[in-house]
Amino acid sequence: MTSEPVLEAEGIIKDLGQGAAMVRAVKGVSLSLVPGELTLLMGPSGSGKTTLLSILGCILTPTAGSLKIAGVATDRLSAEALANLRREHMGFVFQSYNLFPTLTALENVRIALDVRGQKGFAAANRSEEVLRDVGLGYRLKSYPGNLSGGEQQRVAVARAIASAPSIVLADEPTASLDAENGHAVMALLARIAKEQGRSVLAVTHDPRTLSYADRVVRIEDGRIVGEERRPEGLDAPEITDLTKRRKAHG
Amino acid sequence: MTLTLAFRNLFHDRVRLAVTLIGILFSIVLVAVQLGLYLGSSYMITANIDHAKADLWITAFGAKSFEDGGLLLTPRERHQALATPGVKAVIPLIVKFAEWRKPAGGSTRVVIVGTDAEDGGLEPWALVEGAWEDIKAPEAVAVDKTYLKDLGINGLGDTSQIATGRVRVRALTDGVRSFTQSPYAYTTLNRARSLIGLDGERTTFYLVQLEPGADVKAVQQDLRGRLEGTEVLTQQEFRDRSLKQWLFKTGAGVALIGGALLGSLVGTVIVAQTLYSSTKDHLNEFATLRALGSSSWYIHQVILMQAGLSAVMGYILGMAIALGILVLSQGSALPLVMTPGLAFWLFTLTVGMCAISALSAIFKVTKIDPAVVFNR
Repeated sequence: MTSEPVLEAEGIIKDLGQGAAMVRAVKGVSLSLVPGELTLLMGPSGSGKTTLLSILGCILTPTAGSLKIAGVATDRLSAEALANLRREHMGFVFQSYNLFPTLTALENVRIALDVRGQKGFAAANRSEEVLRDVGLGYRLKSYPGNLSGGEQQRVAVARAIASAPSIVLADEPTASLDAENGHAVMALLARIAKEQGRSVLAVTHDPRTLSYADRVVRIEDGRIVGEERRPEGLDAPEITDLTKRRKAHG
Repeated sequence: MTLTLAFRNLFHDRVRLAVTLIGILFSIVLVAVQLGLYLGSSYMITANIDHAKADLWITAFGAKSFEDGGLLLTPRERHQALATPGVKAVIPLIVKFAEWRKPAGGSTRVVIVGTDAEDGGLEPWALVEGAWEDIKAPEAVAVDKTYLKDLGINGLGDTSQIATGRVRVRALTDGVRSFTQSPYAYTTLNRARSLIGLDGERTTFYLVQLEPGADVKAVQQDLRGRLEGTEVLTQQEFRDRSLKQWLFKTGAGVALIGGALLGSLVGTVIVAQTLYSSTKDHLNEFATLRALGSSSWYIHQVILMQAGLSAVMGYILGMAIALGILVLSQGSALPLVMTPGLAFWLFTLTVGMCAISALSAIFKVTKIDPAVVFNR
């Protein structure tokens, strides 16, 4: 892959807690993300995956190291400026979906656009388009409480990609899902990376997700201990499966 | 979307919404009733002053109010006033508490107001039966319908006694209430003097009417220089003095304003509490918004809109009840008053109250850590 990185992290260190209780959760991690790639960040529980994801997502500030998003250095940026950076360049998918229970699927997507100042019919149309794109055209007016876990996660994915961010960060996107839905969501993330040219980073410890990755970064005890890459030209078969399902639901 | 989210957050927990609305409603009703009573009292206290056709009032020194002016002014002051440049007319007006003896026994206090209609000073207004001319008839007085029962009479033609003199009701007003709860009994100047057994031509007030174009302040200064032992007040000054006497020196107004403040405080606390707990319940959603990149202001808007929606709903319900109470009070001796100004002020108060209530919730979300979205 020859594209310019949209995210560059260099020597990231993160200490959590204070005094005697202080723990170094991330120990000098360097990582970059390029467009069109689905990267998996894999590691056992407590290895610092989610902490690193929070730092890469400009939600946590690193204790040391540098982070650039689309060429913008994030150190010394205020909380509002970091929020602005997230708004401009990032979409998030959370393990627990984090949908608004009082809003419909359509409104859950719309609110992510609203936050970015995209309002009115254009935002509604875009929300509907992206929900249809993830195969939920028939669930636009359903509330999260009436959706299955897989459907909820697909709404969350739709919310993450609605504003066409250059980076999509997903935290354990399959952890709360059964095998079928887990595959569907991973296929969706892979398609977003491939077809829409976004950088997708998914934190996971689920081995079922491996087949979707262009690149796998392994982390243990706060350090990157290995990196693998899928040979170019080899596509994930599940992408085709999802396309069929989407067509079936309209 | 902020409005949608605020609306859904509010209606998501209907019990809490009900508590919020009851808090606002209680507060609005309490403040509306207290301030309505305050306004009603103010109107009653100043009604005679407001209806008098006078640019200046000459009162005995230290006269506290319309009802408490004494009987110390003499024709000498009147002549001196009439000789003052710019003065067109000086009209005597007698006001004095007296005893009204009920036909069936017992007595109550009334305020005799004695003046001659042809002088153009003060006439009873809102006459609904009889006419001002009828008061010139022997023994005639005019009283308000509201007080017929208190006075022990039934209506026009009934007779009674004020102090030692017999009186007959020849005219009835409607809505001329007395803050002191001693009804006004309007009659002619000489009959008033006769009823209260006043010798000579002493009077309580002189109503001074000025020539067109005369400078009120200049004439006031001139009269003050000429008249010893008296005070010369503009209509506004005399209004203010009467209000101060009855509303603040007696503590009645302080109690009403205190009640209104208490109502606002209770409403603010209830709304703040419910809004804070609602925000706490939706904290993860606000954290998600923050993680999605929303500005703090975006989240503050949601909370402020929740407060604003609560304010509008609470205001509508509260005002509906307050207006119901107002209608019911119209037949009473102390009717509430609601003006467009007061209604607007109450709305402003409600919105302000809810905005202040939102501060604690806003403070809570300001400290929100978006990283919690990864820990759920």
